[in-house]
Amino acid sequence: MGYVLSREGLDQVLQGLGTEYRLYAPVLKMGEGRFADTDVVRYDFVTSLDQIELSKKSDYAFKELLTPLSETLFFFTEGEVKVADKDVRDVIVLLRACDLHAVKRLDQMYLANGTEKDWFYQRIRDHVRFALIGCPSSFENCFCASMGTNVAPEGWVFSLEEADGGYRCAVADGTLAGLFAEHADAEADVEPAHVVENDTKVRVPENVPTAIYKHQMWDEYTVRCLKCGRCTIACPTCTCYTMQDVFYTDNGRVGERRRVAASCMIDGYTDVAGGGQYRRTGGERMRFKVLHKVHDFRARFGYDMCVGCGRCDDICPEYISFAACVNKLADAVDALGKEVDGDE
Amino acid sequence: MSLDVNVKALMKNAFRQSKVRGETASRVRVPGGLINAESMARVVEIAQEFGNGTIFLTNRQGMEIPGIPLEKVPEVNERLQAIIDDSGVNQEERGKGYPAAGTRNVVGCPGSRLCPFGCYDTTALARRMDKAVFPNNRHVKIAFTGCSNDCAHVALNDFGIIGMTEPQYDRDRCIGCEQCVKWCRSRSVGALSVVNGKIVRDEDLCIGCGVCVNYCPTRAWTRSPEHYFRLKIMGRTGKQNPRLAEDWLKWVDEDSIIKIAQNTYAYIDEHIDPGAPGGKEHIGYIVDRTGFEEFVKWALDGVELGPKCERASRVYWGGKRYDRSNELK
Repeated sequence: MGYVLSREGLDQVLQGLGTEYRLYAPVLKMGEGRFADTDVVRYDFVTSLDQIELSKKSDYAFKELLTPLSETLFFFTEGEVKVADKDVRDVIVLLRACDLHAVKRLDQMYLANGTEKDWFYQRIRDHVRFALIGCPSSFENCFCASMGTNVAPEGWVFSLEEADGGYRCAVADGTLAGLFAEHADAEADVEPAHVVENDTKVRVPENVPTAIYKHQMWDEYTVRCLKCGRCTIACPTCTCYTMQDVFYTDNGRVGERRRVAASCMIDGYTDVAGGGQYRRTGGERMRFKVLHKVHDFRARFGYDMCVGCGRCDDICPEYISFAACVNKLADAVDALGKEVDGDE
Repeated sequence: MSLDVNVKALMKNAFRQSKVRGETASRVRVPGGLINAESMARVVEIAQEFGNGTIFLTNRQGMEIPGIPLEKVPEVNERLQAIIDDSGVNQEERGKGYPAAGTRNVVGCPGSRLCPFGCYDTTALARRMDKAVFPNNRHVKIAFTGCSNDCAHVALNDFGIIGMTEPQYDRDRCIGCEQCVKWCRSRSVGALSVVNGKIVRDEDLCIGCGVCVNYCPTRAWTRSPEHYFRLKIMGRTGKQNPRLAEDWLKWVDEDSIIKIAQNTYAYIDEHIDPGAPGGKEHIGYIVDRTGFEEFVKWALDGVELGPKCERASRVYWGGKRYDRSNELK
């Protein structure tokens, strides 16, 4: 089922959804950019269409809902533990095709990686549904077509995209059809728009020999990378976290366990007892990150982790391009292959 | 025919007296140091047609076109008109060049139009200030710099304005990566520390430079919607007692700074040494003579400082006193 709606019509639909769901969507945060008088687009709860930024790619991904940057898991005192309260009302998250592919990666990591499911993730995830923002055209640095994530997988309840001064929506969840029909100007056949080709193209190597670990291609990143980890914070598929056990200073026997985002790019991630640090340089960290996104994850789960949203390239203050690095990796793998052939 | 030139009027018209007899230099005013390419080309044309083909870039971001024959001053003034129009500098009579030269070009670093550290649009504020105080014959130097790095060397001015932002902390977005702490320590004053995995900002120590915001990977740190400033006053170079400007106001707002600068002209008119050479005296020397409180009385007339503004009740300056001793010991 598809519908054509005016701006007011879609706003009415969103208001209507608001009675049952919280809406989580990209929002233009004025003045909250890194530099003076610049903005940032990141996710937040909204109540109307006016608050939603649909014309830009969000700088930070939707994942902050499912895996909060900082979340208190439970409180403890002496022998007792209390799980932290959580607002678990149902949520509809507005996201694009690449990000809906990213949800599969998050679910994989938190719910289907080993024998245990992550209870805290599950308690949020169970209440989250998705609405698809169609992509009539690619944004800068996107390479979803290369990663095969340009067409949304199933799992969205409705889609929306701007067209001809109004909005076109496809409704996949029949229970929502009535609400759309009530506020639509017309019914129509609607297929969510998707990107067919991006300016940025990435060639992912099929097999990566272990010799690549020692390859000099990583050395430049030791010089270039600040190790700030913005790429991983903005990434919709990065799932790493660390724990903070906090003991309240007034008592010392009362405290909380907090889960905060962590990153293979940021200092502290590979610290071990005795002062060791497995990946010290930017080059080593870049190698770990890139191989994880386009090789290691696939070796374990059968598909690539990276969904080609390009946020890492958008946000890097040093203009380090992940996409360019993957292409360098593919070239380096090719060259290594030739060397091996020559030896034979 | 021998030259009969009113040098005082010439200088007031923003032409320099040259040691080369019969020549002068035209002083082009560039508030905030930003000039469009068309006006830059016009300066080049004037230098080629009327001057000696060179352009001097002044310390205060203006330009001087030397080697202009004195009799060409009226023609040069006409040619300056398009430059003056583009720069938005106040004028008294069209086609007659700049109406004053006493209040110097208002300086600005590149600021937030270009610089990642700039806390505000220095160019816009320098231009606003120029509109507010020019033309005036009083010797007043004002400079704007985007952050506490003070690339514009505002501490050498009568009014030195440094941009500040009040860092806003969203603890729910903080992952405790401590990059703000590290960069504040290495690039700024070390006002941040970690307590139980979250960041604590020493509000007294914080100079509002925005380094934490710049390096925060999550947008836990953001800038305050309000732009704030540090106002340093009465710095100067010169023969008697060169000294750096000292802090008077902190977390002050833009409107107050403009009003304070405007008020200062009335203070100068009241208290300037009637025998000052050329009617010019660094304001700081007037303040030294009248006492700081008298300056404050005039400067803050009608000014309502915001609730966040901190004010030094006394300001003490240092610097070398060459008028007392020139010994090196």
